[in-house]
Amino acid sequence: MPKAQAAQPLTTPAVSPRLLWTALAVVALMLLLTYLVAFDQGAVSQSGMYLHELMHDGRHLLGVPCH
Amino acid sequence: MPLTGPAQSFGAFLIRGLLAGLIAGLLAGVFAYTVGEPKVDAAIAIEEANAHAAGDDGHHDEELVSRDGQKGGLFLATGLYGAAMGGLLATAYTVLRRRLRTPNDTRAALGLAGAALLGVVLVPYLKYPPNPPAVGNPDTINQRTISYLAIVAIGLVAVWAGVIAARTQPVEWRQALAGVAGFLVVVAVGYLLLPTINEVPDTFPAALLWNFRIASLGTQAVLWSALGLGFAALATRPVREPAREAVPVA
Repeated sequence: MPKAQAAQPLTTPAVSPRLLWTALAVVALMLLLTYLVAFDQGAVSQSGMYLHELMHDGRHLLGVPCH
Repeated sequence: MPLTGPAQSFGAFLIRGLLAGLIAGLLAGVFAYTVGEPKVDAAIAIEEANAHAAGDDGHHDEELVSRDGQKGGLFLATGLYGAAMGGLLATAYTVLRRRLRTPNDTRAALGLAGAALLGVVLVPYLKYPPNPPAVGNPDTINQRTISYLAIVAIGLVAVWAGVIAARTQPVEWRQALAGVAGFLVVVAVGYLLLPTINEVPDTFPAALLWNFRIASLGTQAVLWSALGLGFAALATRPVREPAREAVPVA
């Protein structure tokens, strides 16, 4: 069995420019996902209104303006 | 080549945030399904009765997804939304952790989730409370969406202003006072600047509106509580990593 390090807590990395760019890309991706759930009416998902209608109740109950 | 770059450590937090978010979203979905769906059904019944009274045959909208489909889609919506919020929380935690003045990781994670609940949910909720079907004029949806996004941004700025204000003070009670004041000033300005929207028809039952809005608030409260607790638990749990060939000196 290879020597394993003792269990230790995760520590956040120092904030470097590279980390900031990665973080920015992740934020953009997460906002796109939020947009798909909360606001898209087919323009991004290219599914017509299908996804919009499918997630209709979720939008209302998450408190996003719907119609 | 060292494998432990910043991106990789960020990845460890991101995976945990997405997972905690997905679970929190599904739990919020369970709450929304059991508490919220009866209200949505009741509101849709009113919407259809109104359409009939207006002379429509009630089928002017080709039904793309059945009601049962929409109730299933509720879990898709809350699950994806939760995962996205989890990803954002993990990113905020990674970038801001060292600037949060607490040595306690759990407290830092819960603090960020609480700040998000305050800024992204509660501030928008009180200005633009969520509406069930049959409430809201479709012609104003773009304007309402823009106002909603604006109040979310203002909510986040308000939380940030509260933190900045608190940090100007040396003593704890003055920090609390300054924090609350900084937060409230930004919220008050936002509430005054943004347009008031009230599109609730006079005939819509008040009790149903209230119950729907409580169910909606509960859904978000479940989501952010579970996300905060889940992420705090996952992100602060010690991990045992396999031995690496070369451990780079930090």
